[in-house]
Amino acid sequence: MPHEQSKIGTIAPSNSITSHLANEFLTFRLGEEEYGIEILKVQEIRGYDSITHIANAPEFIKGVVNLRGIIVPIIDMRIKFRLGNADYDQFTVVIILNVAGRVMGIVVDGVSDVISLGTDQMRPTPGFGSVIDTEYIMGLGTVDERMLILIDIEKLMSSSDMGLIEQSIN
Amino acid sequence: MSTDLEQFYEIFFEESSELLADMETCLLRLDVNSPDLEDLNAIFRAAHSIKGGAGTFGFTDMTEMTHMLETLLDKLRKGELEVRSEMVDAFLRAGDIIKGQLAGHRGEGQADPAAAAAVCEELKRLSDETQVSAKENLVSNAKSELMPIEQEVGEIAEMATSSPAEVASGLTYCIEFSSAGINSAAMENLFANLQQLGRLEKVVSTDEKEFCKFKLTTSKSEEDIWETLAFVVDPAKLKIELDLPVRSEINASEAQTLISNVTATASSVGEAESAAANISSEPGYGFFPGAPAAPKNLDGSDLTENSLQPKSIDNGKNDDQAVSNKSSKKASAAAPASEASSIRVSIEKVDQMINLVGELVITQAMLAQTASQFDPVVFEKLHSGMNQLERNTRDLQESVMSIRMMPISFVFSRYPRVVRDLAAKLNKRVELKTVGENTELDKGLIEKIADPLTHLVRNSLDHGIEIPEKRVAAGKSAQGTITLRAFHQGGSIVIEVSDDGAGLNRGKILAKAKERGLPVHDGMTDQEVWLLIFEAGFSTAETVTDVSGRGVGMDVVKRNIQGMGGRIDIESALGVGTRISIRLPLTLAILDGLSVAVGDQMFIVPLNYIVESLQPTAADIKTVSGHGRVVQVRGEYLPVIALHEIFNLHPNVTAVHEGILVILEAEGYKAALFVDDLIGQHQVVIKSLESNYRRVQGVSGATIMGDGKVALILDTAALVMASQQEAV
Repeated sequence: MPHEQSKIGTIAPSNSITSHLANEFLTFRLGEEEYGIEILKVQEIRGYDSITHIANAPEFIKGVVNLRGIIVPIIDMRIKFRLGNADYDQFTVVIILNVAGRVMGIVVDGVSDVISLGTDQMRPTPGFGSVIDTEYIMGLGTVDERMLILIDIEKLMSSSDMGLIEQSIN
Repeated sequence: MSTDLEQFYEIFFEESSELLADMETCLLRLDVNSPDLEDLNAIFRAAHSIKGGAGTFGFTDMTEMTHMLETLLDKLRKGELEVRSEMVDAFLRAGDIIKGQLAGHRGEGQADPAAAAAVCEELKRLSDETQVSAKENLVSNAKSELMPIEQEVGEIAEMATSSPAEVASGLTYCIEFSSAGINSAAMENLFANLQQLGRLEKVVSTDEKEFCKFKLTTSKSEEDIWETLAFVVDPAKLKIELDLPVRSEINASEAQTLISNVTATASSVGEAESAAANISSEPGYGFFPGAPAAPKNLDGSDLTENSLQPKSIDNGKNDDQAVSNKSSKKASAAAPASEASSIRVSIEKVDQMINLVGELVITQAMLAQTASQFDPVVFEKLHSGMNQLERNTRDLQESVMSIRMMPISFVFSRYPRVVRDLAAKLNKRVELKTVGENTELDKGLIEKIADPLTHLVRNSLDHGIEIPEKRVAAGKSAQGTITLRAFHQGGSIVIEVSDDGAGLNRGKILAKAKERGLPVHDGMTDQEVWLLIFEAGFSTAETVTDVSGRGVGMDVVKRNIQGMGGRIDIESALGVGTRISIRLPLTLAILDGLSVAVGDQMFIVPLNYIVESLQPTAADIKTVSGHGRVVQVRGEYLPVIALHEIFNLHPNVTAVHEGILVILEAEGYKAALFVDDLIGQHQVVIKSLESNYRRVQGVSGATIMGDGKVALILDTAALVMASQQEAV
């Protein structure tokens, strides 16, 4: 028995390290809800400033900005998910993401913090009503009394209904 | 394998690829009837360099192949064998094999050992073959023996004619070595090479004695001379010294010695004399183009001429050949002198530099905008500094952009081979002409244009050029011509592929299109009919061959060209030929544009599409059938494109006569773009929208303005074409 114990003891820490690394999330608010995305997909966070509109783009695509010489499209997640009022004030934040080899920004109501979630804190996606197609939800995270909706941002941004990436068929 | 060597692999691969390309060019240029010795040497050197490198890295398969090449080439350049077209074919195949082996070592694909063995065998067979006939052998021997004499005499003639100023260019080296164990062909070869470097003067005769001493006046470095000599001479027995006082005049006594040397040499080569005498003698004019014009003020020149005369008659048979050899040698001798030195830089570094300069331009524009708000009297120094900064930035930008520009010969050079192989396969006789190889365009475009052009060339050859019998029957020469032409026109580069073949058959294309259910009618213009050949799956070829006929290539061509922002035009006449022109933007990275405002948005209109800008009067604006506005500009009615309608914007002005009309011209159509205001003219750096977003209708790209804002660049041609379609 003691022998068994030590064996578990050596394996457990390494497990928790890997899960620790893979499960750090940046949390942000959209209206009343809290969302989380993998921290490794985030490039930087910046304020909302002048945007050049793009003609005939869907409403949630606000336009493009100049990010140190790169043209980056900006998506307002509040409009996309129909959450809260799409007001732009000094608290409005743009999260610059690096997904699918592209750089893009999402407008959110505010960034909260970075938290790490263990596997025990993650719950499977419920199968009921949600503004996002459950396909793009990795799961639900619980931290104390808060509930986080964890989004697979890469899958969401490369999906055809975002219209960000030109689909090869046409 | 040790890591030390591995870091050189890439360099070896690149160098070998270049050497192979050079070799191929030389091979294709090689005239079988009168092979240029210099070309043969160049091919030999390329093979030798590859062999050396391959040996160092232990690529034995390549070493073997290049060794076989060398053996045969060596016999050719020594004149032991005559060049025949099958040898050239074998060389080309060997080149392909080496290319394959190179790719294999690079880890891209597999070399085919069986094919390599076959080519090796063929090369061996060719080099083992004995000389064709005794008489030819004699002649070729005579030729090779006579060469040194001819060169020597030529030297004297040159010395006599050349002005001191010509000679004075570069330094004079004194070269000494022992010629023991080197045969006369190799020596002759060596001297030909040295003459490429500069002017050669012999101090001691070289044919009979084992010791050679001569002076070489050249602009090349000592290392270059070493390299040339090291191929033949034992480096241990070689001595090169700098001969400081540059010799610019020839005294009579030396000329005398030289001439007597020549006569001595000539008489000693009895075989050569007799061989030459066998052949019917022709007048020796033109043998030494320089000699008759020799200035009389040089003491030795009379003598030179006198001793030349009889010799040139003796050499009658070789005249034509000798002269052509000499002249071509002179031409190629001039080339290395102008060859600029270059360095190899990875394309990422260049791109990074271009990006940084782009940023610099933006920053400069931003500063200029801020500075313009200061009082020019108080801040005079700041303003003059800003002006200077602007100039310098623009110069810097231009020179950085020019790094990416490459002559289109990089692409054109691959087609002689393509045409040669394909023509042989199809039993057609085709000549490829290239015009404007030095036209420069962006490296990015160079890479992308190669494949579409290959398709077009193959297509011309397969469908355009007829078989010789048909051509003759149609009253044309049996040999067809395909012309590749490149030139600048306005802000674009135009590349044309034209042939003098059968031309496109309107009826056949229309019939085929109807058969395939495409929306066609008999009233279509020729231009529209020709463009049908770019439809996917469209082919009028009766049979599908491995060359073409599946109707895939042209479709891909069209898509590739459009992807580059280019356009294709076809002109064709039945029985006369076809010309396909590709029009591409000069560079992908920079653009002169006019900024216009609509509402709170700013757009860039590429300047090369703008004809003029004007403010119309209300009377100039007419409507057609209730909507669709046109404007009358000097008797022409142009459709009005309201930018705010296309982009759903809120303009500051809605009445056309209150705003500005920018008259655009694209594809021969004109249209008037209605905007609120003109802002100014800028040189803008084109940024891709697609790298992070997607293609937007009516927009060709984006740029960053002086204030850091993004402005969209209008796809003018698309806007104009869209207005035309509406009008029809």
